[in-house]
Amino acid sequence: MSYKITIDPITRLEGHGKIDIYLDETGEVERVFFQVPELRGFETFCIGRPSEEMPRITPRICGVCPTAHHMASTKCLDDLWKVEPPPTAKKLRELAYSTFMVEDHYIHFFFLGGPDFVVGPAAPAAERNILGVIAKVGLETASQVIRVRRECREMMQTMMGKVIHPVFGLPGGVSKGMTKEECEKFKATADFAVEFAQAALEIFNKVVLENEKYVELILSEAYTHRTHSMGLVDENNKVNFYDGKLRVVDPEGEEIAKFDVHEYTEYIAEHVEPWTYITFPFLKKIGWKGFVDGPESGVYRVAPLARLNAADGMSTPLAQEAYEKMYETLGGKPAHCTLAFHWARLIEALNAAERMKELLNDPEITGEHIRNLPTETPSEGIGVVEAPRGTLIHHYQTDEQGIITRVNLIVATNHNAAPIAMSVEKAAKGMVHGPDVTHGMLNLVEMAFRAYDPCLACATHALGQMPLEARIFDHRRRLIRRLRK
Amino acid sequence: MMPEEIFEPKIVGFLCQWCSYTGADLAGTSRMQYPPNISISRVMCSGRVDPTFVVKALAEGADGVLIAGCHPGDCHYNEGNYRALRRYPMLINLLDQYGIEKERVRLEWISASEGEKFAGVVEEMTANLKELGPLNWKGRSAEYCKTA
Amino acid sequence: MAKPKVAFYWCASCGGCEEAVVDLHEAILKVVDAVDIALWPVALDFKRKDVEAWGPGEVAVAFINGAVRLSEQVEWVKLLRKKCALIVAFGSCAHLGGVPGLSNATNREETLANKYLNSPSVENPDNTIPKIESQVGNYTEELPVFLPCVRRLDEVIEVDYYLPGCPPVPDLILQAVQAILEGKLPEKGAVLAPDKSQCDTCPRKESKPETMTIDSFKRVATSTPDPEKCFLVEGYVCMGPATRSGCGELCIRGNMPCRGCFGPTKEVKDGGMKMLSALSSLINAQTEEAADQIASTLIDPLGTFYRFSLPSSIIKHRLD
Repeated sequence: MSYKITIDPITRLEGHGKIDIYLDETGEVERVFFQVPELRGFETFCIGRPSEEMPRITPRICGVCPTAHHMASTKCLDDLWKVEPPPTAKKLRELAYSTFMVEDHYIHFFFLGGPDFVVGPAAPAAERNILGVIAKVGLETASQVIRVRRECREMMQTMMGKVIHPVFGLPGGVSKGMTKEECEKFKATADFAVEFAQAALEIFNKVVLENEKYVELILSEAYTHRTHSMGLVDENNKVNFYDGKLRVVDPEGEEIAKFDVHEYTEYIAEHVEPWTYITFPFLKKIGWKGFVDGPESGVYRVAPLARLNAADGMSTPLAQEAYEKMYETLGGKPAHCTLAFHWARLIEALNAAERMKELLNDPEITGEHIRNLPTETPSEGIGVVEAPRGTLIHHYQTDEQGIITRVNLIVATNHNAAPIAMSVEKAAKGMVHGPDVTHGMLNLVEMAFRAYDPCLACATHALGQMPLEARIFDHRRRLIRRLRK
Repeated sequence: MMPEEIFEPKIVGFLCQWCSYTGADLAGTSRMQYPPNISISRVMCSGRVDPTFVVKALAEGADGVLIAGCHPGDCHYNEGNYRALRRYPMLINLLDQYGIEKERVRLEWISASEGEKFAGVVEEMTANLKELGPLNWKGRSAEYCKTA
Repeated sequence: MAKPKVAFYWCASCGGCEEAVVDLHEAILKVVDAVDIALWPVALDFKRKDVEAWGPGEVAVAFINGAVRLSEQVEWVKLLRKKCALIVAFGSCAHLGGVPGLSNATNREETLANKYLNSPSVENPDNTIPKIESQVGNYTEELPVFLPCVRRLDEVIEVDYYLPGCPPVPDLILQAVQAILEGKLPEKGAVLAPDKSQCDTCPRKESKPETMTIDSFKRVATSTPDPEKCFLVEGYVCMGPATRSGCGELCIRGNMPCRGCFGPTKEVKDGGMKMLSALSSLINAQTEEAADQIASTLIDPLGTFYRFSLPSSIIKHRLD
């Protein structure tokens, strides 16, 4: 006779979720459900909106990664209106985007997932948070964390109008350029960001890698899943957050696909389960084989570790060095230890900081030509970026006036829905042993999803219903099908 | 068995004092027949009709709203009815997005001597609304707004 | 003396309001010195049972963001109302319904089909749809009920104060926290932001002429706004006239028009209707045909005037 323990709500992530853990009479875990009880309905309520409002509406899917939605949406508009932005506009977008990657990765490491390592997985709940981190690392280091985020976010606000829910993206360019004075000021921000990024890796080294117990946890089987990996790469197969082609490698690291996002429906499909609102993307050509690992399963992962797995390296020197060190420590490439996502995240932040510096030193960044106006008739567009939490795809269809008729979004964390469910179940089976289930054990289960830095508001943007019956109408509103529970 | 209830639309009218309200008065004193479905509010000018009045009327039980003013060029305050003229198309476009049929809200120019026109408009609106059916905002809203 | 306790909670939210609090940056260290944060799911590990164990009124204030859309959220906000002395509706979603409120203008049957059945990327041969209760082997899993429409926080519980914005800006958040700690709050039901419109404080207000007419509405898709001129004068819809001031005109400084996230000023019952009234009065039309033609260049009046506030409009939701 099973009994159930529920973690409600899960904490230190973006979004709502519950974990139901079923244990048998001996106190061993039988089955775990990671439920996402969240939905809002963006894909439907955006219909009828002018396309150019989408970069201001879609960021409301997530206020932690609004820049990701803003950018994917803006790039989608370029495609939709068939207009190429001038070089300065593209660089401004990529600069704002790189700055965002830096600050967002740090909010995760210091506020969300990191406290488990810095303060300890079984520390009291009241200490297992940013306040505990500040107490542990000291006010000096804490001030540096606050400062790097403040400076990056002030820069983003100047560039994009708002930092939470940016406004500057337009089809064919941006609404605002950068002055030379601003550029000089931001160079100091970028310098500090690179410096901090190296310090953050040092903190990880000291706090995590020099702690035997943590290393054991990272390398343990309970936190390992051998899956495919996907991410955007540039023409040299290096990680690129802003643009490129999507590359998929198998659990052994062999490239099995490389495609332009326009072909995404040939490669990615979504599976539905009745016990959660989130859908489960899988590799279409392999098929849905259930919540299992391995090359024969369609399950794949996105976001830091998977992105690094799917690429051949980092595009900037310091990040490349850190990348090589990580894989050496983990025993080669690809790496499948879920907790190493935290490490890869810090390497990506360093890469983004170095990229900030490169772009600020590009003379075109203060150019005046920031927009090419559309001249073609819009119909359909697809835009892609690598959000901090994974590949983000915005796909819009419009009428000839550019009014939205259909929206499909595949949002970062969504790709990781199956891996998260699997990781949580496996960690529970490894770490939770009844009948005395402690808070520490339950937190170890939560750590399994935190590594992915999930954003569940993102993953469940769409609207569902609790109908007893669903009715399908054709385009003339005639009832053609009725589906009952 | 109960006799089938015939739907009697409720129309709220905002009539300007100088032209339309006087025109409606004329219909009355001339003993012209027109359906009793309209409740009239007198405003100083059709330009006074805030779109908020219209939606409030609909939300409080009206099935249709009539805004009536002086013919363009004849406004007692010169420009007032042009305000109504300019607000009207945008308002009904927005109501359409709520699923409220554009025909439920009408803008008419009725002068002080056009009693017959007033009667005709009310007759026509009543017939149209009978066909469209009740708006029943309160009833439908109660369904939507359940929190259990 | 024990520090007062504060709680942060989120309903149908995007997390932006949480980020807005973290955007207090260094000032947040002063806040945590002055208060005990008893609940904040994004950052702290307190769970539902911890909240259930609080005494009535034990927590001084709960800042609740997000609109109410799930039965679970209704339970949570009612629980917080019991346990907290003050409730502040934090952000546009809690205050006015927010962007997710646009869902009130959708047809619900098509919505379901769009996500789980008709999406170009969904493979669903059994036409599975998430259910309130589902059997998976020996296990019964439950999901909360979706309410038929989006609700504002004050439609579900009594709200003491409102902090407007999508999200609220750090200055106003800090002022509100200080006012609460010092007990210097205005009358109940107040919106904690200045009671004047954006035009009053807009950096572009000097460029407004004495009289304004609009010949046609422009779209940013096919033109770029002038970085210094009033948007309305140029023909771009800007919600500034109908929107409360206090945000620092961030969007406008980003060279994009205001979309109204702070909501209307105190006396206005339906901000969207007021904006429609004001804006349409400016159009350059002497005939019904001309008025019709110009109105048709304003695409999507509902989504423009009610971007953040559909659930607080008088009509509130679609009628089919």
